[in-house]
Amino acid sequence: MSREPLTMDRHPLSVSPNPSAVDRDPSSVNRSPSAVDRRPSSATDHGPRTTDHGFRSTDHGLRTTGQGPRIGVFVCHCGKNIATTVDVERVVEALASYPGVAYAARHEYMCSDPGQDVIKKAIKEHRLTGVVISACSPSMHETTFRNAAEEAGLNPYLVEIANIREWCSWVHNDAVTTDKAIRITRAMVEKVKGNHPLVPVEVDHAVKCLVVGGGISGIQAALDIANAGYEVLLVERSPSIGGRMAQLSETFPTLDCSQCILTPKMVEASRHPRIRLLTYSEVAEVAGYLGNYHVVIRKKPTYVDPDKCNLCGDCVAVCPIRVPSGFDQGLSERAAIYVPFPQAVPSSYTLDEVNCLGLNPLRCSECSKVCTVGAINYDMREELVEEDVGAIVLATGYDLYGKEMMGEYGHGTVPDVIEGLEFERILSAGGPTKGEVRRPSDGKIPKEVVFIQCSGSRDPELHKSYCSKICCMYTAKHALLYRHNVHDGTAYVFYIDIRAGGKEYEEFVVRAMEDERILYLRGKVAKVFRDGDKVMVWGVDTLTGKRIEIAADLVVLAQAMVPSAGTEELARKLHIACGGEGFLKEAHPKLRPLEALTAGIFLAGAAHGPKDIPEAVAQGSGAAAKAIAILAAPTLTHSPEVAEVDEDLCSGCAVCVPQCPYSAITPGDVAHVNELLCEGCGTCVAACPSGAMRMKNQTDAQVKRMIQVALGAEPVEVGRA
Amino acid sequence: MPEAPFEPRIVAFLCRWCAGAGADLAGTSRIAYPSNAIPIRVNCSGRVEPEWVMEAFRSGADGVLIGGCHPGDCHYVSGNYKTRRRIYLLKKLLGELGIAPERVRLEWVSATEGAKFARVMKEFVAELKELGPLAVDRGPSSVDRDPLTVEARRETRVGA
Repeated sequence: MSREPLTMDRHPLSVSPNPSAVDRDPSSVNRSPSAVDRRPSSATDHGPRTTDHGFRSTDHGLRTTGQGPRIGVFVCHCGKNIATTVDVERVVEALASYPGVAYAARHEYMCSDPGQDVIKKAIKEHRLTGVVISACSPSMHETTFRNAAEEAGLNPYLVEIANIREWCSWVHNDAVTTDKAIRITRAMVEKVKGNHPLVPVEVDHAVKCLVVGGGISGIQAALDIANAGYEVLLVERSPSIGGRMAQLSETFPTLDCSQCILTPKMVEASRHPRIRLLTYSEVAEVAGYLGNYHVVIRKKPTYVDPDKCNLCGDCVAVCPIRVPSGFDQGLSERAAIYVPFPQAVPSSYTLDEVNCLGLNPLRCSECSKVCTVGAINYDMREELVEEDVGAIVLATGYDLYGKEMMGEYGHGTVPDVIEGLEFERILSAGGPTKGEVRRPSDGKIPKEVVFIQCSGSRDPELHKSYCSKICCMYTAKHALLYRHNVHDGTAYVFYIDIRAGGKEYEEFVVRAMEDERILYLRGKVAKVFRDGDKVMVWGVDTLTGKRIEIAADLVVLAQAMVPSAGTEELARKLHIACGGEGFLKEAHPKLRPLEALTAGIFLAGAAHGPKDIPEAVAQGSGAAAKAIAILAAPTLTHSPEVAEVDEDLCSGCAVCVPQCPYSAITPGDVAHVNELLCEGCGTCVAACPSGAMRMKNQTDAQVKRMIQVALGAEPVEVGRA
Repeated sequence: MPEAPFEPRIVAFLCRWCAGAGADLAGTSRIAYPSNAIPIRVNCSGRVEPEWVMEAFRSGADGVLIGGCHPGDCHYVSGNYKTRRRIYLLKKLLGELGIAPERVRLEWVSATEGAKFARVMKEFVAELKELGPLAVDRGPSSVDRDPLTVEARRETRVGA
């Protein structure tokens, strides 16, 4: 593939300080292409349409000779996506006759190989100095087209995308939709006329990864990255890794013991030579960019030295404090000094300073007195851990939608109305009832249990509009395990419909319905209230139309999943987006489900949306693979579309300096921009009072031309007064 | 066509991370809205120069929309705060010049708010229809002048 160095040399803004003079001078050195340029106006080549849907411009002969821009415009039909509401042929015609456009063509699918070939061929044959692709959002195919152009010898930064699909054809269907597409495209032609060829900057990067969240998804991501040979910093907010999965009794559909399959991974993570585990820690600050994030982790004091603690438990016996255990969802109590659960990793006690009488020998110090190994240290202080990481995986997990919100189901007022995670703890061998199903209020074995699905989910009026995805499955599991525990008990499940889309999921639900004789009632529960020691459940079976009234002993709500507390705050620190419901937002819902919009940040597990364990694990592995791709790259490239200083114009006033969020500008006689630090936001450019600060390939003049053309003012060639 | 109903002309500067992505989502979700605005993508709403707004009015716009990330969510940390200050000042200036400040609209639209983007467009178009066409002496384009002034400034400085 032959490269064409002339494209760079002949760029309208890079050639000569006085292009108009060159244009006027017929004997100018770079006139040689003019012979070829005149060719399109010859009679044979002049047909309105060529076989490849290409149009040759007919009225630009004078403008495109010599030094002028030679822009190629390629309009995509996108099947019917664009062509239904935008008259693609008319767009091509309108652009073919536009000043500076040397070639215009259309294609059914510009992104297809034949479509890209049209572009490559035109770049070579028409010696294009710039390309505009009028198609879908640049977030879709900017890279595709820039690569294609590069293969044909055109600098990729001379290629721009005019978004006539998301911003036009998909949202409009009126008389001026085509006109709008033309204006968007013409404006982009004006931008490309002013673009310069640029070369990406090579940057070194850190070869360490930060994983936030020590649940199963985060553990999986950390293990995969560490096993690939890279250092991992695994940060977990609570005293132990394990996350929600550690709280579960059995897992559907295989009924594996949750902890039994989880704990080996927890141990592996804690013993891995390349994983540094920071529990009881939170991300305090994040700065930097892809490949070079600087993170500050706040490690809270546990007041217990994990190296000395031998887990004897003497401290717990003497601690005078008892508070509800978070791990047991409040169904049991723990002391102020505690291990969340026996298999906790790291296996060490944590003294919870909020509930402790005072971390002061004068106030209590009972635990310290009995600790024979001297592990308790009231002087332990918060520690700030600073690291440079190349990539970040976020696996911060989920919480259950607040039970205080479920007043209609008696949650909070009726003691024997509990939520799914509480029932998991009741079913767990290590739980508050040692695995026996007993209800919280009086410890009686419940004989009639009602499970209510979609509690808080799929209820846009009052609660969450989305489906929490795992509740159909875990409710079937709950009911089944209950029946295994209480052989003479009756289990009822109220459901809207059953969503069992997963490997062997449907079979599991059928097993619950048919083999385990769980009574599935299709309908919603209207009211739950206390009647003596019974919990009355009023509902409707919509299949029979009958009113249902059950005097139950226990009601279990399949509460909606919500992002874990602090997800939004963390997203804010990382400058990534959360969706309307607070789950972390992916870069593209279909094609980039593992990535945040910010490069180098990846999403895993339920922080991204309701997910079951295999999905969370798969996404953890997927995010790890994405992170490894960054860590393994010899160098990363930094966009060259950054700010630059015109030293002739800069007065050194330094107005720009405080504008920069990245401290990329050094003041002086003239300002200096560090192009590795500059992220290209352009805030400094907008602030510069003398026009000295410029955004590469998005100068003021370019944007103003775009504005004029967008609004239909008469076009003027860039570079001429 | 003097009898045709007034359709305001709008330029919309959309940041690529939030408002632009929100507009993309409006597209993917096929949420229809009036076609009056020609969008121009910028990296950050902080890149939007008040001068561009003036250029848009000079070039025939009846309204200018600037779409950025929600406060606190700026991809570039704080660009949207700077935009907010600049646009606040610009609106004061517009009032002085006899241009209704409502012709400039600053909106925070996140990447997930496709429906909000469409709603903002509808509202803005309706509002501009109420206001009617912008009738001012638009004067010569600054692009026609700028290269000269910049050149002149450069010469003065280099020569000095």
